[in-house]
Amino acid sequence: MNRRDTLKAIGFGTLSTGMLLEACKPNSNKLAEENTDKAAPAADEAGRQPFEVERDKKLNADKFFNDHEMATITVLGDIIIPKDARSGSASDAKVPAFIEFIVKDMPEHQTPMRGGLRWLDLQCLNRYGKTFVDASSTQQIEMVTAIAYPKKAKPEMAQGVSFFNRMRDLTASGFFTTKMGIEDLGYVGNAPGKWDGVPADVLKQYNIQDPWGNKW
Amino acid sequence: MNNDIQIKKSSTVYDAIVVGSGAGGGMAGYVLANAGLKVLMLEAGPFFDPAKDSAQLKWPYESARRGAGTTRYFGDFDAAYGGWEIEGEPYTTKDKTEFHWFRSRMLGGRTNHWGRISLRMGPDDFKGHHIDGLTDDWPITYDEVKPYYDKVDRMIGVYGTVEGLPNEPDGIFLPPPKPRLNELFIKKGAAKAGVKVIAGRGSVLTEALPGNKDRGACFFCGQCGRSCKIYGDFSSSSCLVIPAIKTGNLKVIPNAMVREVLTDDNGLATGVSYISKEDMQEYQVKAGIVILGASAGESARLLLNSKSARHPGGLANSSGVVGRYLHDSTGSSAGGWLPELMDRKRYNEDGVGSVHIYGPWVYDNKKLNFPRGYHIEFGGGLHMPGYGFSGGIQNMNGAVPGKDGKMKEAGGFGADLKNDYRRFYGTGFGMAGRGTAIARYDNYCEIDPNVVDKFGIPVLRFNYKWSDYEIQQAKHMQDTFQEIMHNMGGAIYGPPAGKESNYGLEAPGMIIHEVGTVRMGDDPKKSALNKWCQAHDCKNLFVVDAGPFVQQGDKNATWTILALSMRTAEYILSQRKKTNV
Repeated sequence: MNRRDTLKAIGFGTLSTGMLLEACKPNSNKLAEENTDKAAPAADEAGRQPFEVERDKKLNADKFFNDHEMATITVLGDIIIPKDARSGSASDAKVPAFIEFIVKDMPEHQTPMRGGLRWLDLQCLNRYGKTFVDASSTQQIEMVTAIAYPKKAKPEMAQGVSFFNRMRDLTASGFFTTKMGIEDLGYVGNAPGKWDGVPADVLKQYNIQDPWGNKW
Repeated sequence: MNNDIQIKKSSTVYDAIVVGSGAGGGMAGYVLANAGLKVLMLEAGPFFDPAKDSAQLKWPYESARRGAGTTRYFGDFDAAYGGWEIEGEPYTTKDKTEFHWFRSRMLGGRTNHWGRISLRMGPDDFKGHHIDGLTDDWPITYDEVKPYYDKVDRMIGVYGTVEGLPNEPDGIFLPPPKPRLNELFIKKGAAKAGVKVIAGRGSVLTEALPGNKDRGACFFCGQCGRSCKIYGDFSSSSCLVIPAIKTGNLKVIPNAMVREVLTDDNGLATGVSYISKEDMQEYQVKAGIVILGASAGESARLLLNSKSARHPGGLANSSGVVGRYLHDSTGSSAGGWLPELMDRKRYNEDGVGSVHIYGPWVYDNKKLNFPRGYHIEFGGGLHMPGYGFSGGIQNMNGAVPGKDGKMKEAGGFGADLKNDYRRFYGTGFGMAGRGTAIARYDNYCEIDPNVVDKFGIPVLRFNYKWSDYEIQQAKHMQDTFQEIMHNMGGAIYGPPAGKESNYGLEAPGMIIHEVGTVRMGDDPKKSALNKWCQAHDCKNLFVVDAGPFVQQGDKNATWTILALSMRTAEYILSQRKKTNV
C-alpha cells in the first residue's frame, strides 16, 4: 500500500478541518510526558560506524508524534500489555518511547501509525463524542475490542484492525526487549555457559529417549 | 575535496600485495607472512578487531531499535559493515535482470558475520560432469584439495561428526553442539519423511583448539554473527589477519580502495593503485606478487578495470571469461511453530551461532527433474528476543486451545494476550535450502560503461537469470520442507511457496555465495587462472577468493576459499624457492 492509498484507506479525504483540529489538541497525560523521553543512548559505541552514531543522534533529536498521539499510544500500549502479577505494563517498560524512536528509524511505520491513530480518534469522536484518550475506559475497551480480533471484526473496521495489528506488534517488540520483558519471558541466555543439550527433565517431559544414538 | 590531487608513489617494494582481508586474502596473507615474506594488505574498509568491536553479549535494549536491521541488514548487533547497498558505491543490472551484491567493507570482510557453516565440497562437486553432462569440471580433484581442507580444519577448527557420506567429506572435527529441543522435533519429522539429518558442521571452537593459545573456547552465546570477542569462532580478522600482523611481516592499510592492478611493459604485475578513504589521495604501492582476495565480484571488477596495451580486455582476461560464470547458491525456506512446545520450560538454549543440525544432499538425481542438489540448514529454540518478537501473534493464538482447553478468538489484548506471548515463546522453527546453481557463461558481471562510483572507479553491471534447473530445485526444497513439517507432529505452518514466487527461490546474490567470475582451468582460452589460481596471462598475479571456483557445490564457499587460498600461498612459496615467481 502506498502513502496515498493508506491515507485513503483511513478516510483522511473526508474529514472536516474542525474535527481534525479538535483531535489534534494536546492532551495532558502525565504518562505520555514521562515516556516521551529520548531513548537512552547506548553506553558503548565501540564497533558502531560513525554514520550510525550520527543517525541515532539525529533520530533522537527529532520528534515525530505530538503529545496527543503519544498519549494515545501510551493508553493503547497499556491496554495491549497491562501490568500483571509477573511484570509491569507497556508504559512501565517505556514502550511509547520505543515506538516514537522506531517510527523515525523505520519511516514505513509513520503513515500507518499516524493515520491509524487519527482513524481511531475519529471512530471515538463519532461513537462517543470524545477522542480515544478522553473516552472512558469502558469506551476505550469497547473500541479496542472492535479492532483487536481480525477474524470477527466487522468489515468496516478493517483499517482499524490493520492499525491495531501493527500497534500490537510494536508494543510486543518494545516490551519483550526490555529488561522487564526479558525477565517476564524467562529468557536466561546471553551469558557465558556450557551448552550440553536439552536438560534431561525436558527430554523426559517430551518423551524423547536418546534420539541420536550414542553419537552425541 | 582536495584540489591538490596527486599520485603518491611508495618506493618500498613488498614481496606481495594482498587486496582484501576476508577468508581468501586473510589466509594468503597469513601463510606468506608466517613464511617470512613482507606482505602489504589493502582493505577497503576500516580496521576491525572482534575483541574490541564486537557487540557480543549486548542486550536488545542496548540498541534503540532493539536489534532491528535498519542500518545493518542482519540486525543492529550484526558485525557486517556494509550490506546490499553502500552509499557512493553503486552497482547496476542489465536487461531488467536481478542481482544483489552484499559487500562488507571492514577487516575480515564478510567472515565477521557469516554463519560459520563450514563444509567441504565433495568429489562430485569438483568433477560432476560425468554424472549429468552439465557445467565444467574443475582442473583439480577433491583428493588434491583434501590435504588443505585437513590443514584448515586443524588450524581454524570445525565441529561435526564423521558420517562417511559419499559426497559430503568428513573433516577433522571438534565435537558438535547438541541439538536444541525444537531441532529434536525437526530431526524426528525429517526421519519420518526420509530426509537425512546429521550434526551441523561449523567453525566454532566447541572445545579449545589444540595448539592455539590465542583463541578462547566457545562459551555458547549463539551470537557468532556479531563476531566473537574471544575469537571462539572463525573470522579472518581474528584468526588470520591479526595473528599475521603479529609476525611483523604483514602490514595492513585500512580504508584503501584499490582502483587498478598496475603492470609493466612485459605485462607483469608491479603493484596496485588505490585511493585512501582517509585523505582521498591516490597511492601506488609495489610488490613482486599481487594477490587478489577482494571477493568474486570485486576481483573481477579490478581485473576488468586494469586495462593496458598488453592486457587490452582487462588483466588476466585474454580468454574473455573474467566476470562470466557468476553463480550464487540457490535458496528457499520455510518455517512454522510447534504447539507441543507451548509453555515450555526455560533454560539457556543459545547454543552456538552456527547450525546445530544439518541435512546433507544424499539423493539420486536420476529420479529428479533437476541436476545436482541442496542441503538444508535448520534452527529453532529459546532465542534472545529482539525487534519483531512474536510479530503477527494474531496468526498463532487463534489456532490452538488456551490453557482452559477452549479455542480463543485470534488476536486480542490485555492480560490474556500478555500470557500468550509467554506461552508461544520458543515454539518456532525454520529450515532453509542451499543448493547448487549451474555455472553458466550467460550469467555474468561486467564493467558498466556509463557508471562510476564516488572514487571514479567504473562499477559492475550484473546480468543474471535463474534457469529452470534452479527453479525445479527450489520446488523440491519446498515439497521436502512440507514433508518434514507434516511429520513433526502437529506443527503449524503455511502452504509451500508456489510457482508465482519460483517456489520461494531467492533472487540471485541473496544467499551471498557468489563465485566463479575468475575461473580456473587448464585451457588458457577458456579460463583466467591455472589450477594454482595463478593468472594464465600474468604469472605473478593470483586470485584467492571465490572468483576461481569453476562450479560451486551445494556447500557454502568459505571452507573451500580457505583451502584453495592456503594451497595457492604454499604454491607461491614453492615457486619462490625455484625463483619462478
